[in-house]
Amino acid sequence: MRLFSKILSVGIVTEPLDNGGEEVELARQVAAKTQKLLGRAVGIREVDAGSCNGCEIEITGLTSPIYDLERFGLCFVASPRHADMLLVTGPVTRNMEVPLRKTYEATPDPKLVVAVGDCAKTCGVFQGSYAVVGSVDAVIPVDVFVHGCPPEPSDILRGILAALDRLPPK
Amino acid sequence: MSAWFVEIFQVVFVVALAPGLVGLIRWIKARLQSRLGAPPGQPYRELGKLFHKEAVVSKNASWIFRFAPYAVSASTLAIAFLVPVLVVPRRLDMVGDLFVVVYLLLLGTFWLALAGLDPGSAFGGMGSSREVTVAALAEPTTATAIFSLALGAGSTNLGAIVAAALNDPWTVLTPGHLLAFAALFIVAIAETGRLPVDNPSTHLELTMIHEAMILEYSGRYLALLEWAAWLKLFVFLSLLANLFFPWGIATTLTPGALSWAIVTLLVKLALLAVVIAVMETRVAKLRLFRVPELLTASFVLALLAITSSFLLR
Amino acid sequence: MTLMGTLVTGAIVCYLAGALAALLGNDRWGRILGAWGAASGAAISLSLGMVALASGSVFSAVFDFPSLTGFALRIDGLSAPFLILTGLVGAASSVYGAGYSAAYTGVYSLRKLGALFNLLLLTLTLQVMADNALTFLLLWEAMSLVAYLLVLTEHREPATVRAANWYLAITHVGFAALLAMFFLLSAGDLSTAFDTLRANAPVPTQRNAIFILALLGFSAKAGLIPLHVWLPMAHPVAPSHVSALLSGVVIKMGVYGFCRIVLDLMSGGPAWWGGLALALGVASALFGVLYALMEHDLKRLLAYHSVENIGIIFIGIGAGLMFQSYGLMSLAALGFVAALYHTINHACFKGLLFLGAGSVLHATHTRNMEEMGGLIKKMPRTALMFLIGAASISALPPLNGFASEWLIFQTLLGGSHIPEPAVALMIPIAVALLALSGGLAMACFVKAFGITFLAIARSPAAEKAHEAPLSMQAGMGILGLACIGLGLTPFFVVPVLGRALAGLDRLAWETTVFSLTLPLNTPATFGSMSSPLLAAGLLILLGLIPLALWVIGANRRTRVGDTWGCGRIAQTPRMQYTATAFAEPLRRVFAELYRPTKDLSIDFHPESKYFVQSIEYQSEIHPWFEKLLYQPLIGIFHRIADRVRWIQAGWLGLYLTYMLVGLIALLVLAWWTP
Repeated sequence: MRLFSKILSVGIVTEPLDNGGEEVELARQVAAKTQKLLGRAVGIREVDAGSCNGCEIEITGLTSPIYDLERFGLCFVASPRHADMLLVTGPVTRNMEVPLRKTYEATPDPKLVVAVGDCAKTCGVFQGSYAVVGSVDAVIPVDVFVHGCPPEPSDILRGILAALDRLPPK
Repeated sequence: MSAWFVEIFQVVFVVALAPGLVGLIRWIKARLQSRLGAPPGQPYRELGKLFHKEAVVSKNASWIFRFAPYAVSASTLAIAFLVPVLVVPRRLDMVGDLFVVVYLLLLGTFWLALAGLDPGSAFGGMGSSREVTVAALAEPTTATAIFSLALGAGSTNLGAIVAAALNDPWTVLTPGHLLAFAALFIVAIAETGRLPVDNPSTHLELTMIHEAMILEYSGRYLALLEWAAWLKLFVFLSLLANLFFPWGIATTLTPGALSWAIVTLLVKLALLAVVIAVMETRVAKLRLFRVPELLTASFVLALLAITSSFLLR
Repeated sequence: MTLMGTLVTGAIVCYLAGALAALLGNDRWGRILGAWGAASGAAISLSLGMVALASGSVFSAVFDFPSLTGFALRIDGLSAPFLILTGLVGAASSVYGAGYSAAYTGVYSLRKLGALFNLLLLTLTLQVMADNALTFLLLWEAMSLVAYLLVLTEHREPATVRAANWYLAITHVGFAALLAMFFLLSAGDLSTAFDTLRANAPVPTQRNAIFILALLGFSAKAGLIPLHVWLPMAHPVAPSHVSALLSGVVIKMGVYGFCRIVLDLMSGGPAWWGGLALALGVASALFGVLYALMEHDLKRLLAYHSVENIGIIFIGIGAGLMFQSYGLMSLAALGFVAALYHTINHACFKGLLFLGAGSVLHATHTRNMEEMGGLIKKMPRTALMFLIGAASISALPPLNGFASEWLIFQTLLGGSHIPEPAVALMIPIAVALLALSGGLAMACFVKAFGITFLAIARSPAAEKAHEAPLSMQAGMGILGLACIGLGLTPFFVVPVLGRALAGLDRLAWETTVFSLTLPLNTPATFGSMSSPLLAAGLLILLGLIPLALWVIGANRRTRVGDTWGCGRIAQTPRMQYTATAFAEPLRRVFAELYRPTKDLSIDFHPESKYFVQSIEYQSEIHPWFEKLLYQPLIGIFHRIADRVRWIQAGWLGLYLTYMLVGLIALLVLAWWTP
């Protein structure tokens, strides 16, 4: 019972779409784009190719009640077979090279790849390490890079939006 | 002629609304989690997307894997034809009774479990093993609940049971009826993979039951399986609603009666959706080896239902 | 000679000719001609059963040859269904055996196998015609011995000899009970015709003794709990086409005998007879499927399922007996019909499954499911046939297992008409346990089919598997078609079986209830089901779904890729779920019943217990109550044997003395009795 009274008192905390702000504008664009491109339903599979988990914390933020990814029709899925987009973080380590490629192969077409975080592009502080193969695009084709160490949830949303832009319209 | 038209319409209605019901449950759950959530129409969009994606099939899989989605959706659709949703008496009552419905459900489970084993993935096998375990353990409850319903109506035919409850509205409030409802509700939760038996939105392979079997599916196959699963939920809930609370179901084929039946059915389903969403917010998933305890409890309820109908006869 | 007389003679001639050909022919022709003899004999048995059912006429013959005095045969409505199932399974397994037994060439005697197979079919065919106790018992013993010798085919394996000995022991316990039973029933004169016995009802106290003895004797043959132990031992070690016959037909003779004595000759009894049969049936059904779940030997698994299905048949018979004692005649008839229907169905799908398992064994040389996998690609037709059998035995609509299980459920639902609430309350529990065993059977056959045929090969043997030869495919095909055919036509089969039973005393069969319309209504309109319409509907829907996909313009591209395993580098067969793992949840749920033994031994590194050198885990399931029941019996037997061992001293003079004493005793006996 206490749970439900708390639910009532908190109400909906998701940031609304119609009171200005850059992030909100962005969100609206994502909504429109996903609508147009993938029938407003995009399954995202997250692949940690060797990150420090900083990016993961931010990505988790996307599913929180504040950002609420689901309202745009985006959702995280359990298998690349169900996914339309791979969200790859971190420099690609030697151990994760083959798994990353396998994940890409396992995803049915049409599919998109968004590389999240500075490490995914430049390998960050891990650059030159013997354990690192290289950036994400050295392993699989990447549609969009999202910069930041770690990038904010809104940046990731922007990256997703940009990636959806690249998809040929149906 | 118009009777057959209504039969077809009923199925189309069920098939069309099934994704919406799941969307509604998800939406209510999002609201209870203080989120805005996806609109209830989201499942339709997911289906539309999946139908336009390619399918990736494992190289280890045989024809079983490709055939299973069709077999599962055909058996679920067959159930949709047999269950009274809007109108009694049913033209198709003679084709199958409640036992046929139960065994058609098992037919779907059989194919899905085989498909889970086919690609040789560890997850699929895990899902299959758990799914058949839960399905088998739910059987005694289902059969006993059918027994108690049939005692009241003198028939296992679905149309007859609904008609009997309509003729004598007070049977709805007998303890036998209510206990059987509780028992079948638990079975419905277990069979359709809802919390606390299975978490439909989990991403963790080790906790999955239903999802683990369809982990390997993509594109149109996945769409068919998802739709079949949603259809199963819809049919199960309307079965519960109509067997135990048949008010509003049409007994004549007039447009007025039909539209009243549609309205009452939607209200009943919306209420059940709220119940499920609230329950899923409130309870945590049970450990797999606690599920048998839940099912045993439901069996005891069903047995009590029969006992009370015998004693109060 | 009448048509039926000709057919009976024809069948006997065919079987004898087949046996002779097998004995005299060389390895190749003896095998083929022997199989032809058996197949044509079985075909005649099948048509004999059909003629008997269709014409409703009764065939009877009494032989008066000097050597066959008192040998009487008769075919009536109760024999006919058993003739049909003997013919069906016999024909299929003899065709199958023609190819299957080729593998024995040069290893074990093909002549013996071929001849005994024909003789087994002959005794089975004649068994259901026996019309007096003498004929019945003679054929019963002949059948048991021939089956024993067939089980012994691979006699160089110690497991085979052990299994055959168990079978021999239990079947003779049963025989002793039957002998006593017939003596009681016929008041000492074993050659009294069954017709006379039917007319002279024995006194009630004797009736109860007769019933108990009949239950004991026939359940030993049928494999009802607790006399089922020989089934999971003997069925796997026999050649697969013989296993099909053992599981499909031989154990059904127990059902036949029980029906013949209790239903026909004694025309039912008090309610507790039915209750006892029902309880044993429920226990067997549940026990059989539970142990089948834990079994990874494909043929042992099937044998345990025979225990389950015999249980289901006895549930039908027991419920029927109960209803009969309360005067609920149409319900009683429904129960018997359902049981008979399930008997025929079980013969078909279990025969099919054993033949399928035989093909797998033929191709991989192992019965262990953990070494199979991926066989559907190597042997697609066998896989399809096994799938049909698996779906039938799991009672999935619209196949035959479903039709008869549905009828048994409907029979049990009639239990609400029993006037005594205490008795009536037992029925829902039976319903629940029957439903549980149905669900578990489905789980078990997902395991059996999935682990054997799907995914990747688990051993080199499975990788090198090949499709079965054409004769074996044909054998499976016959039974596969029978499973589908019997599943689609309950509206036809049920009234026919009902009429066959109508000849039995006191069983008022309401033909109006089972009219020949498509849907099947049970008495008092308890429920209706129409499997042909159901099958048609499922087929139409299966066609409509791809059509709908095409209409909405769904993407039809399919790409073949790796199995998804969270990106792991390579997939090996060891990553798949095993049969043990598949059944693990149920093993834990029913741990109280299984009482598995666990043996965990960990070898630590001598330096530190945080480093493990090896871990060995062993867990086994032994049917504990079998031990509880049989261990003391075997112990007593051993003790008695120890006591009387001095008789066998190995000294020739002593044995000669025994003979002398025996002779004198006989002479004295002959002198005393007039």
